[in-house]
Amino acid sequence: MRMKLLTHNLLRSRVKGAAKGYPLAIHATTVETKEADFNPTFIVRMLDRIQWPVVVQAASQVGVSEDKVPQTVPNDPESDQEFLKAAHHLLLEIEVIEGELECPDTGRAFPIKRGIPNMLLNEDEV
Amino acid sequence: MSRPEYTAPPEIFYNAEEARKYTSNTRMIQIQRELTERCLELLALPEDTPGFLLDIGCGSGLSGETISDHGHHWVGFDISGDMLEVAAERECGGDLIHQDMGQGVPFQPGSFDGVISVSALQWLCNQDKSSHNPIKRLKHFFTTLYGAMAHGARAVFQFYPDSPEQQMQLVTQQAMKCGFTGGIVIDYPNSTRAKKIFLCLFAGVVGSVPAGKSDMMRDTASQSTVAYTRADRRRQARRKKRAGVKSREWMMKKKESRRKKYGENSVKRDSKFSGRKRPTRF
Repeated sequence: MRMKLLTHNLLRSRVKGAAKGYPLAIHATTVETKEADFNPTFIVRMLDRIQWPVVVQAASQVGVSEDKVPQTVPNDPESDQEFLKAAHHLLLEIEVIEGELECPDTGRAFPIKRGIPNMLLNEDEV
Repeated sequence: MSRPEYTAPPEIFYNAEEARKYTSNTRMIQIQRELTERCLELLALPEDTPGFLLDIGCGSGLSGETISDHGHHWVGFDISGDMLEVAAERECGGDLIHQDMGQGVPFQPGSFDGVISVSALQWLCNQDKSSHNPIKRLKHFFTTLYGAMAHGARAVFQFYPDSPEQQMQLVTQQAMKCGFTGGIVIDYPNSTRAKKIFLCLFAGVVGSVPAGKSDMMRDTASQSTVAYTRADRRRQARRKKRAGVKSREWMMKKKESRRKKYGENSVKRDSKFSGRKRPTRF
């Protein structure tokens, strides 16, 4: 519904001239936490696709205290319930409601309103 | 009924009023649901494993609700802000992004297990702004989409091509150029009302990863390989370095063969001097 950190982790900007357009910096003004169903299989599946350092960075940008964020992925995440719970909380329960995303290459800002990031580009940016 | 694509660009056509109408009309909801069900069926995702899907042109989240019902997570994008507002109000379960599909799919490589799109692709074939070039936009869309899909993932687009021949061909052609395989699936082709057109695209090889060999298979594997043949040995012998021309070895061989042919006296007898190396001279 609202932009979760999982979505942020996979999102990139497509502005002309942005070579990578990733990771987008979060400048959040409103952040909410909402409980979601814990599904360990899904988290393990997604761990292959996401960049954990980006999650750590994003967590600090939305103001999650550092002691709640595992700094690295353990070698065997399937059996590490504690890590999976922490990952679940970070990826699926933290929602950015208002703020901005910033493209790292071009500095272009994408506003987030009511939890919906606006990634639309102007004609000259395509 | 005239086609909505002719009336106005999607971000203008789906305004607040249209968005509200779209989501309160039970018939619309029913159709969207059925179409999404069929799309998911065509995606053929593995049962019981929660996947991560992309919904292109998610609108007010009607299709997303069906995806959530199947236990998958999803992210959707749409060009109409008003439709997205409705989706956000209805708490349809996925993350929403405001984006134009012609501007590319804004996701990292290999993000999605599958992609669905219900009644959206035909909008991409229209030129709504002077700067729009439908072919370029289609190409950009499909290339970025291919990148965002996991290897072997499928994308299913239900759409209403305006001219079956031309538009269907245009869209399929552009998708194939971007590396997709797949094609058009038509449900109930002979009925005007129930006829539905789906574009099914596969990114990369569709199939599971072959299993690694186990110890059981090792014994049979060694038997199945062909042993050294005589031809191999002959070939290897030939590969042995030949004696250099005018070397002592070569000369002796020549003398020997001449002796055999013309008798003992046909060549000078061998001595310690035959074939010796001579001092270099100016």
